[in-house]
Amino acid sequence: MLTLTSPVETPLHRLPAGAKLAGLCLATVVLFRLDSPVPLGACLAMLAVLHLALGLRFASTALRLLVPLWPFVLVIAFWHLWLGEPAAGATILLRLVTAVAAANLVTMTTRLSDMVTVIEKIAAPLRRIGLSPRSLALAIALAIRFLPVLSQRMGQISEALRARSPRRAGYRVLIPACLAALDDAEHVAEALRARGGAG
Amino acid sequence: MERTLSHVALFAALIAVLGFVPAVTLPFGVPITAQSLGIMLCGTVLGAKRGALAVLLFLLLVAVGLPLLSGGRGGLGVFAGPSVGFLIGFPVAAFVAGLVVERWTAPVALAALSGSVLGGIVVLYAFGIPGMALVLGKSIPEATGLALVYLPGDLIKCALAALVTRGIAQMRPGALLSRS
Repeated sequence: MLTLTSPVETPLHRLPAGAKLAGLCLATVVLFRLDSPVPLGACLAMLAVLHLALGLRFASTALRLLVPLWPFVLVIAFWHLWLGEPAAGATILLRLVTAVAAANLVTMTTRLSDMVTVIEKIAAPLRRIGLSPRSLALAIALAIRFLPVLSQRMGQISEALRARSPRRAGYRVLIPACLAALDDAEHVAEALRARGGAG
Repeated sequence: MERTLSHVALFAALIAVLGFVPAVTLPFGVPITAQSLGIMLCGTVLGAKRGALAVLLFLLLVAVGLPLLSGGRGGLGVFAGPSVGFLIGFPVAAFVAGLVVERWTAPVALAALSGSVLGGIVVLYAFGIPGMALVLGKSIPEATGLALVYLPGDLIKCALAALVTRGIAQMRPGALLSRS
């Protein structure tokens, strides 16, 4: 399973994950306080320079992560040009792109294992309501392990359906796919119990 | 305990896998994906508590950097984007959908349909629209207008969630945790 962590090693990879997350929270709060295009544009420019300093390949990957935003950018741009308030539109768009890019930067420079460690630490107080950090880590690992399994199962189901009927498999995949997940869950539960439980 | 854990993990994976299914584009150009169908199914099949936990686990996987949201999106960036309200509403939507199926003794299909509409549309939009309004700097009615393009697709998904839940109830009644 591919994560969004950048394989291009940067100095930011070596910073502790907790510090990066705290910095991101702070940056996002500040971004939502700024209310005019000039300071927001400056923030975006700084962020862009930071990305470029980390290498061109890194920067282009980061740019690709912003592509899914385009429908919203289009709607907001047209909306505010229509209303004749380009400054307000620019504020919203700059804030949106900067906030998303900053968050993506943390994701790209933090390894999955480091993130999970931070989550375990944050979740530690939940022990009191019965959620041990160990079962949380186990659940994360199980879900990641079963992504390819379920994905493959779903492919097999839709191929089997297609072999029997010329129609597209479509929604008929859903029931067998859910049943497969339910059955796997029962088997995994038994296997866990047989190995001493998940406590 | 083990059963809860494994069902939560497997259904978190199922939501992700449903997001890989290519999007169907409605006639007027709005893509609908099976991902929010997965959210509804978590509630109607697993029940309120387990369903909400499965969705929370899915969001956790997205937040730590797995590109599991439909269209291969993921990472912390999506929580700063326009759909943040919908993401926050996901676990609540699954909880409400599950609660309706658990508590209302109507036929499964009817309970699942009402649960998905109440959870997956009413509750989800109640979170999603203010989120969209905040991030895109719009008023609530304006954001509602923007979000309404997703309504036809979501209604189809509610019907599918009801069909699938009924199918599971017929084929494997014991596996429908929301009703056992």
